[in-house]
Order: sequence, then C-alpha cells, then structure tokens
Amino acid sequence: MKTNFTDEIVKKFAIVTIMWGIVGMLVGVFIAAQLAWPALNFDIPFLTYSRLRPLHTNAVIFAFGGNALIGTSFYVAHKTCKAELFAPKLASFVFWAFQLIIVAAALTLPFGYTQSREYAELIWPIDVFLTIVWVAYAIVFFGTIVKRQEKHIYVANWFYAAFIITIALLHIVNNLQIPVNWHLSYSVYPGAVDALVQWWYGHNAVGFFLTAGFLGMMYYFVPKQAERPVYSYRLSIVHFWALISSYMWAGPHHLQYTSLPDWAQSLGMVFSLILLAPSWGGMINGIMTLSGAWHKLRDDPIIKILIVSLSFYGMSTFEGPMMSVKTVNALSHYTDWTVGHVHSGALGWVALMTIGSLYVLIPKLWGRKSMYSTKLINVHFWIATLGIVLYIASMWIAGVMQGLMWRDINADGSVVYSFIESIKATYPYYIARFLGGTMFLSGMFIMLYNVIKTIKSDKVSGEAA
Amino acid sequence: MKHQKLEKNIGLMGVLIAIVVSFAGLVEIVPLMFQASVVEPHPNLKPYTALQLAGRDIYISEGCYNCHSQQIRPFVDETMRYGHYSMASEFVYDRPFQWGSKRTGPDLHRVGGKYSDEWHEYHLMDPRSVVPESNMPGYPWLAEQTVDAEQVAAGMKTLKDWFGHPYTDAQLASAKADVEGKTKLEAVIAYLQVLGTSIPRSYK
Repeated sequence: MKTNFTDEIVKKFAIVTIMWGIVGMLVGVFIAAQLAWPALNFDIPFLTYSRLRPLHTNAVIFAFGGNALIGTSFYVAHKTCKAELFAPKLASFVFWAFQLIIVAAALTLPFGYTQSREYAELIWPIDVFLTIVWVAYAIVFFGTIVKRQEKHIYVANWFYAAFIITIALLHIVNNLQIPVNWHLSYSVYPGAVDALVQWWYGHNAVGFFLTAGFLGMMYYFVPKQAERPVYSYRLSIVHFWALISSYMWAGPHHLQYTSLPDWAQSLGMVFSLILLAPSWGGMINGIMTLSGAWHKLRDDPIIKILIVSLSFYGMSTFEGPMMSVKTVNALSHYTDWTVGHVHSGALGWVALMTIGSLYVLIPKLWGRKSMYSTKLINVHFWIATLGIVLYIASMWIAGVMQGLMWRDINADGSVVYSFIESIKATYPYYIARFLGGTMFLSGMFIMLYNVIKTIKSDKVSGEAA
Repeated sequence: MKHQKLEKNIGLMGVLIAIVVSFAGLVEIVPLMFQASVVEPHPNLKPYTALQLAGRDIYISEGCYNCHSQQIRPFVDETMRYGHYSMASEFVYDRPFQWGSKRTGPDLHRVGGKYSDEWHEYHLMDPRSVVPESNMPGYPWLAEQTVDAEQVAAGMKTLKDWFGHPYTDAQLASAKADVEGKTKLEAVIAYLQVLGTSIPRSYK
C-alpha cells in the first residue's frame, strides 16, 4: 500500500468529520435538554439556548457535513480522475483554514456575535475569510478534474461541481452587508427583500450543501460498496439538471402566508412540488443500484446504512414538497413539525450517508481490509435508525398538535388555547426528542471507537470481531 | 448537443451550472426590489430611535429570533392572538429582517404596548417568575451590562448614509448621549415596546 498525498489529506478530513460530528450533536442534545428542562440554561450567557442553537446548526451542517463533503470530494475526484490532487499545498491550506473557520464560529456564536441569518450567522470578517477558502477549495477540486487521466467526468463530480459553484453564489449574495464595526454589519436588503434573499440562501444551503454535495458522495460510495454500476446513466443526467435548476426556485416556501408578495409564495410552492421528481430520481438511481445484489442488505450493515439513508432522502423530499403546499404549511409552519422534517433529512439522509461513506472509506485510507468490527457497525445502524425514528415521530406529533391548538377557535370566535398551553403540552415530546438525539449521538461514539480500533489494528489482519 | 460533450469539458459544464442556478434569483429577488408595497415604508413607520436600535442589536445578538417570529399570518387565530396581520411596509427599516422561522415562544411582531415595562423586566430576568410553564431562558446579565453607545451612533450613521433611513441630524448628533449609561435590559424593552406599533393592534 503506497500512501499518497491525497489519501493523507482525506484521512485528516475523515477524522475531523467524526470529531465535529460528535461536538455538533452533543450541543444538539444539550439544547434539546434545555427545551425540556430550562434550568439547564444556568443563567450563563454562553450556555443559553438562543446562543447555542446556531452553534449546533453551524457545527453539524458546516463542520460535520462540510468536512465530509470537502474530504470525500477530494477523494472521489482523485479516484475517478485517476489523478493526484491539484495544488497539494492549497489543499492543505483549505483543510487548516476550514478548521480555523469552525473554531472562529465556536468562539463567536456563544458570545453573541451573529448576523442572525439562519445557517449564515457568522459575522462579516469570517464570511470574507470563508469566501477566500472556498475559492481555494474550488481551485483544488476543478484543477484535479482538469488534469484527469479519464476522458469522462464521472457523475459524482458533476454534483460536487454544482455544490461548489452554487454555494459560492449563495454565500456571497446572502452576505452582502455594510460593516458598522469589526463584528456588526447591516444587510443591504430591506425587510421583506432580506427575508427572501435569506431563504433563497437557506433553502439552497439544503439543496446544494446538504443535497447535491451528498448526492455526489452517494454516486461514488453506493456503487462502490454494492460493487454494481450506477442503475441508470440517463436518469443521472436528467435528474442532475432538473434538480439543480428547480431547487433554486423553491426558497419562498419558507415564507408562505408572510408579508412576502403572493406571487413569490406561489412560485416557491409550484417549484417545490416539481422538485419531488428530480429528488426521487436520485433516490431511485441510488437504491436501484443494488439491483441483483439485494442480498447485501442482509449481510452488509454498511449497505444497510446507505440504503436507509436514501430511503430517508426519499421520505423527506416527499414531506418537503407536501409542507410547501400553502394549506399544509398554514398548519406546519412555526411548529416542531419543521424541526422533525429537517432532522429526517439531516440525521436520516445527510448523517447516515456520511457515516456509511466513512465506513467504506476509512479501511481503504488506512490500508485495512475492513473496519475493526462489523458487528459494531450493525449496532451503530440500529441505534442511529431507532434514534431518528424516535426523534422525528415525537416532533411530528408535537408539531401537528401545536398547529391544531393554535388554530382552535371557540364558538364565540375567541381562541381556545393560550400560547403557553401549547408549550405545556409539548414537554413530553421534548423529552422524547432528547432521548432520540441521545441515541443517535451514542451511535457516533460507537463509530469513534470502531474507527480508533481500525486505525490501531494490524494492517493485514483485517477483521477481529 | 450531446451530453457527452459536457462530460468531457469541465469548463463548459461549470458555466452551464452557473447559468442554470442563476435564473431563480433573477426572477424572484430582483423584481421584489422594485415592488413598491415591499420597499416603501408604511406612512406611520419611523426608523428605530437610538435606544430601540441598541435593543434590536441585542435582540439579534442574544438570538431571540431562534424562538420568536415577528410575522403574523392573515389567519383568524393569529390576528385574534397577536393582532393585525403583518405587512411588508412595516419592515423596510429592518436590516436584517427578524421574521424568524419557529415559534417555540409566541410571535412578537405586535408585542409593543401589550405588556408593561415592569412585566418585561421580570420576564427577561426570570421568565418563570411571571409565566411558570415557560421554557424560555433567563437573561439576567442584560441588567448588568450597558449599551455600547459608540456602536449605536455608528450604526445609525451607517443606516442613514448607505440606506437613507430618515434620521434627522439632531437624532444622529444626540445618539450617543441618548443611550449612554442605559442598560441592555432597558434597550431591549424599548425595542420590544415599539414592535408593530405603526398601526393599531386591531387595525381594520
């Protein structure tokens, strides 16, 4: 096994992905507990829910998801292009600079330095630095594609390319601000326009960071582990272009029935419904790749993780368009149903795809035959899956309940419930959600143990359990 | 054109991706910037005073938007509970907007004038002292910290110079003095008490 530069840098990304994943999910479990037991805020500013929630979202999306995406994109480009990474020094810079940004986020958000733009809370100096890092990342990735030894650019790289280009566009447009001092800045867009710009960004952070990028990961690691070619080449072309062109339009569905003009709301809803087709195109292409190898679902827990991930992808991309329908949104919006929906995508699709891909990747990177323990992968699969189900089911019930309580009207035209009664009714579900999250987090610790044992294991000996 | 051609040319593919993803923003966002009902202020809307703006910056800094929306939808229950539905013209001086996306607590768009300053003080210091079932965190440090007067004055100047928020020269000149020595708690309450007050709560 010869080691090369690409493997070395991807190893680093793999390790920090697990590390930041645990940190981000730990913060998530803590803030979930705070909603159930508010005394856990301790009246300490930097431990307060409202300051920590952005830390949780940024850590899991950008630190856990981001490191997984950058690391695997380097690996996939290197493998499918049969080329070493372009500009290795720049790639190292991308790694260290990206970790520096994460540390900067962890040092600013709990201390109240924020732009309050959801999933773009980082203050303007960090935004500027992130832009530079992203350009460096693009140079390494596209440079590697350019120097490829293969004539064709493999489909996984199309998705990574769309993710890199579009995130650059979204990041810049959404963060146009005029600085007041080193940490405070005011948006160039007034009120309602600002809201649409932010949700055009927010929705497509989901569409391109958490979807297109992870589809890139899926298109490499699912066929690899299944040892089958991608189900349909034609389907991948059609759903790629359909997905990236329709996703961008769907942002206004986050603003149904708000002061945003009606025409924009309706446009957002229509494109959200259209979006179901290309989303399911990706799911079908991934799951059907297992054609002729369905028995692997029985024997190989990594395949199980990847296929359940695709199933959650299919489920949440059905739920999303449904929630964008104005009549459904009237009930679901502002409730915990949205939180449940997000986590069926974030834990079910994004995290499981990352976890499955890492289980494929790690033995290869460290030159081992397989992970230390297949049994522990199976345990991880079950505890994670059951944790997700507990999480999203409790949030579904809580959300629908809140929506119904809020809209309940007495015969005399007054509201039946005061707002606080809906909070009181939600406490049991907040506790159930905390337990679901804890289960998912404990799966990450099992993974960490398995990874450490794999790395420490004898190179040739392969599986020990 | 055969797709094969794109699969062999990353430059061409990149350009096409950039074009394809740009349409939505151009069609949805750009026209909004010229739609009068969205960018023209409501006739009664005033820019935030120095103390209110200071309070707004603290509201943002503490992350209140994570649990409180400022956007009343045109439904019977919402107008009963929170007051008249929100209009775009009420938000043109909001940079960034604070509409929120989740109501772990109630909507705050028309909370202005609904409770006394004293109630807010108790509630922000220790929410469960006035609402026993609440899961809101307490923010007792707001009473101990004072407003950054320098920042407020610079902020108002930025809003006027760059975005034309109609501050008078007198307002800008006295900005620092207006907030000097005020606690963050006073500032946040001043902000909460002006929210949604450019029209009456039960405006028809």
